[in-house]
Amino acid sequence: MKNGEVVKLIDVHKTYHTGDVEVHAVRGVSLEIQRGEFVALMGASGSGKSTLMNIVGCLDRPTSGRYVLDDADVSVLDRDQLADIRNHKLGFVFQSFNLLPRTSARENVELPLLYGTHRLTHAQLREKADSVLASVGLAGREGHHPSQLSGGQQQRVAIARALVNDPEVVLADEPTGNLDSRTSVEIMGIFQQLNERGITIIMVTHEQDIAAYARRNVVMRDGMILNDFKVTQRLDAATELGKIAPIDSQIQS
Amino acid sequence: MRVGSTLNIALRALRRNKMRSVLTALGIIIGVAAVIAMVGIGNGAKAQVEAQIASLGQNVILIFSGSTTSSGIRTGWGGAGTLKIEDAEAIRREVPSVAAVSEEVVSTTQVAAGNQNWFTRIYGESADYLDIRQWPLVDGAPFTAQDVRSANKVCVIGRTTASQIYGNDDPVGQILRIKNVPFTITGVLTQKGLSTQGVDQDDIVIMPYTSAMKRVVGGTTLRNINVQIGDGRQIQAAQQQIIALLRQRHNIRPGRDDDFTVRNQQEIADAATATTAVMTVLLGSIAGVSLVVGGIGIMNIMLVSVTERTREIGTRMAVGAHGSDILTQFLIEAVTLSSVGGVIGIIFGIGASKILSSYAHWPTLISLSSIIVAFMFSAAVGIFFGFYPARKAAALDPIEALRYE
Repeated sequence: MKNGEVVKLIDVHKTYHTGDVEVHAVRGVSLEIQRGEFVALMGASGSGKSTLMNIVGCLDRPTSGRYVLDDADVSVLDRDQLADIRNHKLGFVFQSFNLLPRTSARENVELPLLYGTHRLTHAQLREKADSVLASVGLAGREGHHPSQLSGGQQQRVAIARALVNDPEVVLADEPTGNLDSRTSVEIMGIFQQLNERGITIIMVTHEQDIAAYARRNVVMRDGMILNDFKVTQRLDAATELGKIAPIDSQIQS
Repeated sequence: MRVGSTLNIALRALRRNKMRSVLTALGIIIGVAAVIAMVGIGNGAKAQVEAQIASLGQNVILIFSGSTTSSGIRTGWGGAGTLKIEDAEAIRREVPSVAAVSEEVVSTTQVAAGNQNWFTRIYGESADYLDIRQWPLVDGAPFTAQDVRSANKVCVIGRTTASQIYGNDDPVGQILRIKNVPFTITGVLTQKGLSTQGVDQDDIVIMPYTSAMKRVVGGTTLRNINVQIGDGRQIQAAQQQIIALLRQRHNIRPGRDDDFTVRNQQEIADAATATTAVMTVLLGSIAGVSLVVGGIGIMNIMLVSVTERTREIGTRMAVGAHGSDILTQFLIEAVTLSSVGGVIGIIFGIGASKILSSYAHWPTLISLSSIIVAFMFSAAVGIFFGFYPARKAAALDPIEALRYE
């Protein structure tokens, strides 16, 4: 495992032009994230956190400033090069899971491998997808379609998809936004386990209690970093899960 | 390159929407099947006409007697009686490439045998006629050159005439009365079917032209002369020689019109096949329109598909798909739909023509070239109509696409 910072933003600005209006969404953000960190990026809507996340996720390029990902300046790369960076170094988890419908969990997880540079055989694809699915607790559900899985299970498939190419950083955009509180805690549990294994996680959330599972919180307002602090009273998902009463029976009653 | 995995991705996407894929391909299936069947019908008709023309004989030149004007009334071809037996002899003697000649006189009359009678056509011909027409006998023997020289009262009859007069009996050796002259039937001709003009070619009695002129038709002139050329490449030269020879024999001065007309088989064939060629093109074009409509169907579905799958496209881009991967994926989807549709359409088209042949008795001819052209065209339709939606998909912004509701 390499050490040092994996994400380094230097005075990043992002300006959108929508018609005549100029929106200055990110106004000079400098941020360093070390390998193995678990960062929650917080802020109200319009604070620029999503824009910043898009830049960190190489989906968008900064208008000015530099972005160094894994010791390489990615702010100068073109569309296809950014796509390759996303494929090799980043894993995405979305609020609404973004799984392909009518497609098995296995095939969803295989997706990033199909766009990778390594040519894998059908058997290799399958083996890799199945082992990652097993690591997020979905062994035995490889053939299920998203419609046959619960929200939490769908998000686990999405996490498996994010992990399948051994990324440097996992980026999660409101990963618990569409989940109930118990499933949210379960997903945070998975993130904490992954983080224990040394995987860097950057998560956008607006929920204080979800951010409390991270090690570090970065709060944004008006396109700038308002606050950046270590989480002192960090929640442990396993402990919290124990506190929650068996919620299944509550829902059914 | 990652065409292999893109192909895999595209096929997975098609499998996910089986019903829609099948319905989209259906447009192409119908289009291609229509093209194959229609062109098959057109080609079949053309082949039939060509076969009928060929049944006139190989490398045949027909010389018709000219028209004449009597008291201001023109008689039309064959009416003038300008062709003499000696003209035919001269052609036989003086045109080197000639292989066979048959002097022809034609009449229609009532024929009778026993208590049966029938109105039919009488052809007077030389002994070479059946060879020129490539018209074998099913039974008996043809009349001979000796019969022609002696104007013997013998004849061969067609299948229709035979069945009308003799029913199931064997006509060979029987006596047929033609204008009260008894003719001995020496043979029965094989069935030739309808001519291009719809005339029953089997409703016929063929006898030596000498006998016909003397006992049935009367007169001393020929309606026409059938000439067969041995070598097909000589046909134009032979035609010119015949014209020159007849002009000389008929004392026609330079600048004056011929009193006869010469047609070769190719000219007759060209005229007859031109109609069916037009029909083939027409049918093919109409069917082609349905193929284009099928292509528009593909474009429509692909556009809907791109819109509906915007989030999917965003997800693919987020996990590393290049714009070109998305473009290729959608193009492959379109081309797969159209070419699979094309293959099924070819099978259906061949099936439809077989059904038409067997139930409607329309001759159909499926050529390999029409299959290849239909398949290439359907694949091209896929590329052409798939490109715009595919490019639209590839140009999507991943951020917008991911958020698309």
